[in-house]
Formats: sequence, C-alpha cells, structure tokens
Amino acid sequence: MGATIKYDEVEQGQELPPAEYRVQRVNLVMYAGASGDFNPIHWNERFATSVGLPDVIAHGMYTMAQGGRYVTDWAGDPGAVVDYGVRFSSMVVVPDDDTGATITVSGLIEEKLPDKRVIVVLTAKSGDARVLSKARAVVQLA
Amino acid sequence: MALNRDFIGRAYSSPTPYEVSRLKIKEFAAAIGDANPIYRDAEAAQAAGHPDVVAPPTFPIVFALTGAGEGLNDPEFGLDWAMVVHGEQRFTYDRPIYAGDQLLCTSTISEIRSVGRNEFVTVRGDVTTLDGEPVCTSFNVIVERGGAK
Repeated sequence: MGATIKYDEVEQGQELPPAEYRVQRVNLVMYAGASGDFNPIHWNERFATSVGLPDVIAHGMYTMAQGGRYVTDWAGDPGAVVDYGVRFSSMVVVPDDDTGATITVSGLIEEKLPDKRVIVVLTAKSGDARVLSKARAVVQLA
Repeated sequence: MALNRDFIGRAYSSPTPYEVSRLKIKEFAAAIGDANPIYRDAEAAQAAGHPDVVAPPTFPIVFALTGAGEGLNDPEFGLDWAMVVHGEQRFTYDRPIYAGDQLLCTSTISEIRSVGRNEFVTVRGDVTTLDGEPVCTSFNVIVERGGAK
C-alpha cells in the first residue's frame, strides 16, 4: 500500500504531463446511476436548455473524478491521496455526437510538505474553459 | 429569499450505516472510466497492500449527503433546488474506503454566506466506522443562484 512515486525524486515546481479524458453522454448516464445524482441537466437536453444551459453538462463530480484519476494514476495508489478539493469554475458541455467533450488535466508540484507529502495543483480544461479552479491534492509519497 | 440562518450548526445523521460493496465500487469506477484493477479485483488490491478493493477518492459523494437532505429539504430552510449548483467539494481522508466498510455520516450545515446575489451553503460530512473511527470528511459547498436577493 502506498505511492510508487518517491518524495525525494520530485521537485517543487515540477510539471506533470497532461492527460486527456473523453466524456460522452453515456458516461453521464452511467455516472448518474453510480452516484445517484439524477439531475436531468446531466442527461436531458430538452430540460437543460429549458433552464438556460447551452446543452447537457457533465456532473461537476464527474470532472472532479477525472482529476482524482489523474492524481491516483500518477501517484500509483488511490490510498496515497490524503486531501483533495476543487472549485467548479465552468461547465463541461457534452454534445450528443460521436465525440462528446474532452477534459484535459495537468498537474504541478506546488509544494513539498513535511512527512513526504506534496501538494499537487491541477489544471482541468474543456476547450478553452478552465472547468476546475483551486484544484489541489495532498499526496503521501514514498 | 434568503436562507434561514437558524439552520447554521444543525447536524443530521445518516439513518442507517452505508455498506460499501465491491459491486458499487466497481460500478463507480466504470462510470468514471477508471480501469484501475485495484477498484475491481480484490487480489490486485491485496497485492498492493490493501485489505480489499479500494474506493476511488470521490466515491464518498455517493453517501456523504444522505443525512444532510433532511435539513436541506426542510421547507423552513428555504432552499430552491432548481437554482442550486455544486460550487466546491473537498475530501480529507483519514484512511482509504474499502469494500466491506460500514460507514456512518453526520452532516452539519456549517456555514451560510451571501456573495452578491448568491447563497453559499457549506455542508460538512464527518464519516466514521460504526466504532467511531474517523474515515474521511467531506466539505460540500452548494450555491443557490439568486437566493440572496
């Protein structure tokens, strides 16, 4: 149990390579079922546009989950994440086509903390929009 | 209409323990598109040093607001759900969540503040085992658009 990345091998200011995550309507339907969040703005275009949205939008928690996946894939163990928080700053609009939307996540080692912990700051974008802000994870490294 | 500040500090407990199952973790991992075997295969999880399959970091959202619903849905509170968006979310973890855990969550409406025309409500969820061992804490900020006017 524990991260595979070693604390001594990361530097403050180090950039982590970006990863792209595809989101299509089917993913939102699956996420609604798995999470229990059946708000129709996440699956019903007719409802979404009736409340002033451009189209169906992804659950904020779906986007947060992609950031979490980015961090756990990097660290090598989900148990290494000791703190993870985000602000939802923009919508991920998911059109009903064969492509859907793409969420691009990248990371930066903002600070090395005592006890082999680091703060990883995440950037998550969909198109030109920053969809998460103040996204940071504290990760226990080896 | 502004939200009822009398609700600040009120706490609500989940009515029954939430039982974390391997199947639910697998379903959640599939929904977020994460193919990590540690979320589906007990042997892979044990090989990585865990007692059973592990839940992804955002999994607690599945149950962390269950108790709070009682307060947030109280007509006296004055929340218009049609105007609500998720503003912020944070989890702090004392340990990973595993299949087989039985978890209790106490949700507290910890803060209500007006920013411009919007109301920001912070719900803190303290998640423990049946024996009271802390597991994680959820900080959920919901925004009621136009609620403060």
